[in-house]
This record gives sequence, C-alpha cells and structure tokens, in this order.
Amino acid sequence: MAINYGSKRVVVGASYGLRDWLAQRATAAVMALFTFVLLAQVLLPGEMSYDKWAGIFSHQWMKLLTFVTVLALIWHVWVGVRDIWMDYVKPVAVRLVLHVITLVWLTGCAGWALQVLWRL
Amino acid sequence: MTEPLKARPVHRNIHVTDIISYRLPPAGIVSILHRISGLLMFLLLPFVLWLFDTSLSSEVTFDAFRSAFIAGLGPFPAFFVKLVTLALIWGYLHHLTAGLRHLYMDATHSVTKEFGKSSAIGVLAISVTLTLLLGAKLFGLY
Repeated sequence: MAINYGSKRVVVGASYGLRDWLAQRATAAVMALFTFVLLAQVLLPGEMSYDKWAGIFSHQWMKLLTFVTVLALIWHVWVGVRDIWMDYVKPVAVRLVLHVITLVWLTGCAGWALQVLWRL
Repeated sequence: MTEPLKARPVHRNIHVTDIISYRLPPAGIVSILHRISGLLMFLLLPFVLWLFDTSLSSEVTFDAFRSAFIAGLGPFPAFFVKLVTLALIWGYLHHLTAGLRHLYMDATHSVTKEFGKSSAIGVLAISVTLTLLLGAKLFGLY
C-alpha cells in the first residue's frame, strides 16, 4: 500500500477549513466597520486638507481601529491569496515558495502601515 | 481484510481554455470578480501603502500625494495614476459589496436560487454605479 503519512503524505491543502472560513468573515467585518467609520469622518463638513486627513488618524481610538484593521487585512489577504495559489498552482514546490513569499510580503506591508500610523 | 480504497471523485477548476464557452449566471460573475478584485488589490498593495504613507506623513508629502494626480508620479503620467486608482476603487467597491452579500447570506441563511440571483445583480449595480460616480469625480467630470 502506498505510504500516505509523515513526509510522504499527499499535500492536499491547508486543512483548517472552518477556522479560515470564520477568520475570513470576522476580518471582513472589521474592515467593513473601518471603512464606514473612516467614510463618516471624511464626509464630515469641511474642505479636505492635510490637517483634516491627519486629524482623523491622530485620535488614539482611530489608531487602534486602524491597527486592528491592518492585522485583519493581512490575515484576510493571506487566506484569499493562499486559496488562489492552491487553486491554480499545482506543483507543491512552487506553491510553497509562493506561500512563503506571500507571508513575508504581507508581514512587511503590515510593518510599513503601522510605521506610518504611529509616526503621526 | 481491508477493502481496497475506492478512487475518490476529483473536482477540478474549469480550465482556462473552457472559460469562453461557459455562460456564468450573475452570482457566478460576482464570484469570479470577487476573486479578480481581491487579487488586483493584493497586487496594488504597495501603491495603497504609498498613498497611505504620503497622504499622512507630513504636509510636504501630502502635496506630493496631490501632485501625483496632477503632474504624475515618476515615469507615470497623472492620467495613468488616475486609471490605476480607478481600478483600485472598483476593486474595493466590488469586493466590499460582494463581501457584505456573503456576510448577509451567512447570517440569514439566504440560500435560495432567487436571492442568489437578485442579490448578485444588486451587487453589480451598486459597485458599478459607485465606480462610475467616483471615476467621474476623479477625472474631474463634475
């Protein structure tokens, strides 16, 4: 019988279906909330200027909401982009490399976003 | 004695060459555009971060942010910057409305064929209309 365990097992996917499904929806809800909170502040009366724009993100609560949104975003993107790699990239070696690149890239992007946020 | 394992059914994606012969229902169109818009935003992530950084860091960089849409950005003319931004706007609006549709369907167990169709048409109508409105604003039509 063919060995299908240990280092010889057939790699079929991430195998965390429910957790990813739930994470995708929870992170989406956070980003939707952020979108409407930001939009509400942008649409407040007053000409758009640097002071108004930067003022929105200078509040501590907005910084924290943005922080949570950035984390939700990279988690959400990870699940989504990984699905795309799993659907279209069949060679396991190439897929693994793409997964690692995606994770490293997203972590870097989160770092950049948070640096901008807390420089303010 | 254990019985030999039966071959499990294999479900594969439609091959790229089959796409043209498939006529997708509205829900299918929303679904594939959800994926395309998500990938588009993933690829444009550096641009988004650049917009976030320059618009927020200081008054000087805020002016650089503005001038990207007036005088262009490096080798890219302002028209191109606006076009990419419009793609981003569409991607975001489609992904958001299609995502809210998913959340609503999950929360209310709205899984009928009729609702799938009507809500998909609703998503397309909202995202395309808002994209056109914001696009017209972006290109200074009003």
